[in-house]
Amino acid sequence: MRADCPYDGTSIVAPTTAPIARATDHSSRRVSLLVRSVEDSMRRGTVRLQSESHSRNAAQSVTLLEAITELGFDAAIGGARRDEEKARAKERVFSVRDEFGQWDPRNQRPELWSLYNARVHPGQHVRVFPISNWTELDVWQYIARERLEVPSIYFAHRRAVVRRRGLIVPVTPLTPARAGETVEEISVRFRTVGDISCTCPVASSASSVEEILEETKTATLTERGATRMDDQTSEASMERRKKEGYF
Amino acid sequence: MQPLRFATAGSVDDGKSTLIGRLLYDARAIQEDQLAAVERASLRRGGPQLDLSLLTDGLEAEREQGITIDVAYRYFATPRRKFIIADSPGHEQYTRNMATGASNADAIVLLVDVTKGLLPQTLRHLQIARLLGIRNAVAFVNKMDLVGYSQEAFERLNLSELTPIPGSALNGDMVVERGSGALSWYKGPTLLERLESLPATAETAAAGPFRFPVQLVAKPQGGSLRGYMGRIESGHILAGAEVTVLPSGRSTRVREILTHGARREIAVAGDSVTLVLADDIDLGRGDLIVDAHALPNETRSLGVTLVWLGAEPLRPGARYLVQQAARRVPARVDTDRGLHLNDIAAVRLSLFAPLFVDRYDAVRVTGSLILIDEATNQTVAAGLVQ
Repeated sequence: MRADCPYDGTSIVAPTTAPIARATDHSSRRVSLLVRSVEDSMRRGTVRLQSESHSRNAAQSVTLLEAITELGFDAAIGGARRDEEKARAKERVFSVRDEFGQWDPRNQRPELWSLYNARVHPGQHVRVFPISNWTELDVWQYIARERLEVPSIYFAHRRAVVRRRGLIVPVTPLTPARAGETVEEISVRFRTVGDISCTCPVASSASSVEEILEETKTATLTERGATRMDDQTSEASMERRKKEGYF
Repeated sequence: MQPLRFATAGSVDDGKSTLIGRLLYDARAIQEDQLAAVERASLRRGGPQLDLSLLTDGLEAEREQGITIDVAYRYFATPRRKFIIADSPGHEQYTRNMATGASNADAIVLLVDVTKGLLPQTLRHLQIARLLGIRNAVAFVNKMDLVGYSQEAFERLNLSELTPIPGSALNGDMVVERGSGALSWYKGPTLLERLESLPATAETAAAGPFRFPVQLVAKPQGGSLRGYMGRIESGHILAGAEVTVLPSGRSTRVREILTHGARREIAVAGDSVTLVLADDIDLGRGDLIVDAHALPNETRSLGVTLVWLGAEPLRPGARYLVQQAARRVPARVDTDRGLHLNDIAAVRLSLFAPLFVDRYDAVRVTGSLILIDEATNQTVAAGLVQ
């Protein structure tokens, strides 16, 4: 939170299934971090998984929408970028969600210049994507220029993994190796951090921001293509999840 | 070099998505997994040939119907420049999405099918692009392979004022590479070479008069003064400069320019800053801080060119909300005829409270506005101040 925060008691809500980096309060203002987890929704019975180890990624939408309703938010700011994925490439910077949290990609508001129409009816909300037009390379160039703190999971570290359908799949208590798979420990880093049940690291020895910049410039796989198991189930995985309220 | 943002335009079936796919493919801006996905999808659709249009048509409905409904943004870089492409729909019914893509573009690439010539819908896109102030238009005359790469067929189109480039997106002629040699009679640049050399318009905002719409007021804390937060949308500001605050009309000086708590002597268009003024003036969100020696015009009766973007037609005499920068003012559109989707008309707005405006071609931020229907909250029109 390096920005000069004009609000007292600004809340950041992180619906999550994974451990998250705590926002550090560098300013003198109060910023509170509220965490809503998929486990809460499972306890309430609003999320039911097919099995304990099934991907919890899509379930985050339920938890997010519950948090938005609970806390009465008009807007939710996200870091999604258009270069990540083809459905995201279609989305407005201010993107309206209806009473059920749904995105209607066929009927988006015109959005000209930098004139953002943030008006919604009660019960609706907007998703706002301030870095919509950034690329993965832009993000790392910005981190380098501003010397931002970055969680260690983005840098190379040794981790137990298995190879599965061309991806490097992390082995954890929630995502154990399957019969016949060989567990190996290699040097990896995460290009994107999401639910561990569907997010894969890439092989890497990059231990500094400068080394990550070099890797990003020469990458031959997209950020999500190299790392997301559930985007590959169909051409429209992300679009369908987004229509249901996913970020 | 500044990144270039360009929009594409053309009629349906001119091969726009194929051209973008070709540009990305030949510029090696497509990663292995994206290519594999397009190969799989092409096979599913029965074609042995790679269908490059599948790279940009990202929605299920678009792939099912083989059309582009909404603008898709794509990013690529060559050793010379970064590019942002707004791949825009060609169907007339989606013109509002085309306008969305074109509003921030530095240039427009017009697709012309050599067998059809410049179609009304493409002309309409060109007209909207020019209305939006895009000065650089490049015509790519596509499907030259269908006319045997004939120079005569190309010249018959008579597009010389658009400095046209003959080519074939399907076969990759004159997009990134010069291609098979069938176009050896053409001596001009390829499309990519042309795009690499076009000027970006981003810098021109810095040359305009100082305009600072206040987005937020930072309350004074622990002895500090009230600060006004926002982004400089036009011109530049020096610490100590004389400014006028609108709507009050009072003049004062800039005491401090702050970014992340650090003082600066100067800030320019594009910078997000906090301004601290020398005098205590009542000022809130939506108000303007401007150059005291180059004031915008105060008006309650505003002549604008309106592009109607709403599915429902304009209701003459009805109240709409005008949004200009961070300010919203109710207004009536003074016209006795209803405007329909995609109509462009010069009209007069009766504003319920004054706005401070510049001509659109002089200052973007104070010269542009949108109309919002308060009942639906939809953005129904875009307006350009004349």
